[in-house]
Amino acid sequence: MELNDLIFKIIFVIAVFAVSLLVAMYSTYAERKVAAFFQDRLGPNRAGPFGMLQPLADGIKMFMKEEIIPTNADKVLFVLGPSLAMMTACMTGVVIPWGSSLIIDGKEYVMQITDVNIGILYVFGVVSVGVYGIMIGGWASNNKFSLLGALRASSQMISYELAMGMSIVALVMMTGTLSVREIVESQPGGHWNVFVQPLGFLLFLICAFAETNRTPFDLPECETELVGGYHTEYSSMKLGFYLFAEYINMFISSAIIVCLFFGGYNFPFISELGLSHNMAAILGTVIFFAKVFFFIFFFMWIRWTIPRFRYDQLMRVGWKVLIPLAVVNIVLTAIYLMWKHDLWNTTLHVSQLNP
Amino acid sequence: MSQYLFYILSLLTAFSAMMVVFSRKPVYSVLYMIFCFFTIAGHYILLNAQFLAAVHVIVYSGAIMVLFLYVIMMLNLNKESEPHKSNIAKTAAVVSGGLLLMVLVSVFKSADGLAINPAFDSQIGMVEVLGMVLYEKYLLPFEVSALLFLTAMIGATMLGKKEGGAQS
Repeated sequence: MELNDLIFKIIFVIAVFAVSLLVAMYSTYAERKVAAFFQDRLGPNRAGPFGMLQPLADGIKMFMKEEIIPTNADKVLFVLGPSLAMMTACMTGVVIPWGSSLIIDGKEYVMQITDVNIGILYVFGVVSVGVYGIMIGGWASNNKFSLLGALRASSQMISYELAMGMSIVALVMMTGTLSVREIVESQPGGHWNVFVQPLGFLLFLICAFAETNRTPFDLPECETELVGGYHTEYSSMKLGFYLFAEYINMFISSAIIVCLFFGGYNFPFISELGLSHNMAAILGTVIFFAKVFFFIFFFMWIRWTIPRFRYDQLMRVGWKVLIPLAVVNIVLTAIYLMWKHDLWNTTLHVSQLNP
Repeated sequence: MSQYLFYILSLLTAFSAMMVVFSRKPVYSVLYMIFCFFTIAGHYILLNAQFLAAVHVIVYSGAIMVLFLYVIMMLNLNKESEPHKSNIAKTAAVVSGGLLLMVLVSVFKSADGLAINPAFDSQIGMVEVLGMVLYEKYLLPFEVSALLFLTAMIGATMLGKKEGGAQS
């Protein structure tokens, strides 16, 4: 790796990190504004113009609050919990292609931290580790409500992780790759995967809601039953980390949904505009973020529209509806692929599928 | 570079594996075990087997160990209620542990003379190659193990249902 590449990568890593945090920060503001809009209120409008400095004020408040660690709590794990939640939330951005590539001085710089050839699996790996933040935090609090909330959260996340993984299989069968960048590149212009995999998209979207613990799947912090769920005992910035991790997760899941099903940085008529490579790439990134912001809005839209599930309903939907539907989707996709490549009478060679 | 990484990873693996045994609190043991699995996934990546590493993290660290943690958190074990094993069990444990050590030592001693295979393909761990091998060369064993898993899954469901059947 040359020095230029290294510098670009380092700047890019910092940029991705900063952008994730910034977007998550302003998602909290957006959520309150959206909630206000849905409930015919004004929302935060005191700090700065239109209340734009509200997230900053919230952050300062979180840092200034007294930090309480319960006497009977396991101190190490009590701190480890929110740290893990935050860490795993920030880790997923690594494999997301934020744009195509920039050409500076005749050298191509890919706008992605790293293109792992198992990118999707990496995302699932990180997501599955994300459960620990909640579980450890809930257990270490030494509080029954926290423990129950943590157990709920973990069983919910494990259940929906399965359906999520299955919903992706059909997509991977269509594109023949696990790399996120290659999946994005397989949907040029307006040929987005959502049109060929509508069921897969729906399943993935539902599971993304469950994985980020957003309404209608926010049972882990169901205040009518569990006080505050796994973060009942948390205060100050440790609570802030848990809440903030949720917003980062929301941003990253939106980005993944956009990459997998909505063409990432591709948009229709990109080649007809006659833009230079760099301009097209920058426009692509802007479009990418526009799509991501739409999905973040969608997350909030659902939150303020649909009430939460009951716990048994949640489990029934996960295991008895989503997983069978995902299996049906896989079978249908397999039949379609067999038909498309006319493989009924020939012996199947995987190489024929992806020439 | 990768040599240093190997040493650091191995050190961490050995350390966390030992901490699994030495930790007084069961929850810490489980957490060290999860960490141990991560370091093993790191070894897989050093061997260029990214798919294996990812699956290892998803299945072992992400799913199985969560269930471990789940059970241990529910049991709420602590030092006072730690069950004391009888002397026979302790002796049996020591004997079987010693036997395992003997087997391992003999294996590593005989493996000493093994040379590195020059025909080793560094792409063997890539997902494309792995898929070809699994679905073309070893299709039958793959299908048989899939059937085995299905049977186990149905069995587990049936066993789980028996207890819940009384209420519903």
